[in-house]
Amino acid sequence: MEGNMSLSLKVWRQSNKDTAGGFENYKLDHVSPDMSFLEMFDVLNEQLIEEGKEPVSFDHDCREGICGACSMYINGRPHGPLRGVTTCQLHMRSFNDGDTIVVEPWRAAAFPVIKDLVVDRDAFDRVISAGGFVSVNTGNAQDANSLPIPKVAADDAFAAAACIGCGACVAACKNASAMLFVSAKISQLALLPQGQAERSIRAEKMVAQMDAEGFGACTNTGACSAECPKEISLENIARMNREYIGAKFSSSAV
Amino acid sequence: MSWFSQTLTSSIGKKLLMALTGLFLISFLVIHATINAMIFYNDGGETFTHWGHFMGTNPIVRTLEIGLIIGFLIHIIDGLLLWKNNRDARPVRYAVNNAAANSTWYSRSMGLLGTLLLIFLVIHTSHFWIPNRTNQFATGEELNLYQMMLDIFQNPVIVIIYILGCVSLFWHLLHGFKSAFQSLGLNHVKYNGIISFIGTAFSIVVPILFALMPLSIYLGWVK
Repeated sequence: MEGNMSLSLKVWRQSNKDTAGGFENYKLDHVSPDMSFLEMFDVLNEQLIEEGKEPVSFDHDCREGICGACSMYINGRPHGPLRGVTTCQLHMRSFNDGDTIVVEPWRAAAFPVIKDLVVDRDAFDRVISAGGFVSVNTGNAQDANSLPIPKVAADDAFAAAACIGCGACVAACKNASAMLFVSAKISQLALLPQGQAERSIRAEKMVAQMDAEGFGACTNTGACSAECPKEISLENIARMNREYIGAKFSSSAV
Repeated sequence: MSWFSQTLTSSIGKKLLMALTGLFLISFLVIHATINAMIFYNDGGETFTHWGHFMGTNPIVRTLEIGLIIGFLIHIIDGLLLWKNNRDARPVRYAVNNAAANSTWYSRSMGLLGTLLLIFLVIHTSHFWIPNRTNQFATGEELNLYQMMLDIFQNPVIVIIYILGCVSLFWHLLHGFKSAFQSLGLNHVKYNGIISFIGTAFSIVVPILFALMPLSIYLGWVK
């Protein structure tokens, strides 16, 4: 069809977390500019299956940019060249005919490669399990406005809660730091009245778990926020620092 | 581990220490630059020597100097620990990485710039501070620092090393000043602008002031 592209792909292949991986080169013709990046991978996998080869494993679920499953490091950037977009919402029109595209998995000690482009992001779940919840009984849904919440706090909490936990922040950070993710999860509860009861113990436990998982520290380069598909703000990291330092120096947990 | 050491060795605690010692070292730069700028009176070092003598002999300043050394040591050691931790957090590196698309090179190079500054610090203190203090301990007399400056900065290689030290300082401060406030959690819509402005202005003015000192002596502007 008119306008279709031919692409060279350089894709990371690795059979499991214990074996060494390497790049494989693939040629793909007749790529429609209207395909999403994941649909382009579907086409590649169809081609590989027809050739009797092992298809490329990659994470995907909703394919509408809200689940956080897709995770490809495309041409040196998480989720590819666009800002505020997940890989599934990246379309081939962002590339040109004849391009070579390099695709790697997230690289972090805390995110071991399971297979090809799929990494194990259970570390994020363990950080949430450590304190990213409200365990007090909040009862039935209350009448609207029975619990006053300032508009600014509601907006900031909502913006933090937009984090889909994809791990692009970790992937982009030169230190493989999870600060943007953890700070968003701490902030979304710290800003609301329901989160107050466990506010300090939450900050202490989630940060301790984050460190135990082997994520790096923050250099405030801002790469995480710049690459975040949900554009989570660096203000959350500052808030987490306040929450954690405040909790550590004032809570009665020794 | 006690809660206190646990806090300071956590990822956020290490950054807290970097920020506090960093801002402390910035406050030292203000004093250092101000007193050294007295050479620009061009009065044969009279004003400079007066204040240099005060800094070198006043018991309160000498006590604070111990704090300064501790501040330097914490900043350096903590920086090296962070560098190691952060490197371990990504054992397999990317084959293709377009970091320039999301961050500035100098914010990603604080460890490298800090190492350059450490090398400069060793050269610089072995020119002035170490011989002077050694002599004070041995004989109780201060060295003529002004004359030492005039002599040392006749060497163009040393002048270039000092200017390169100032260039490293500029980039290190340009990120470090603002970054310290973020690490302390001081990110507020009302104050971010002024912090950014002061940080940038400080990073430009102080290194230029320092760089002018060896340069003016070498070029004979200050005698």
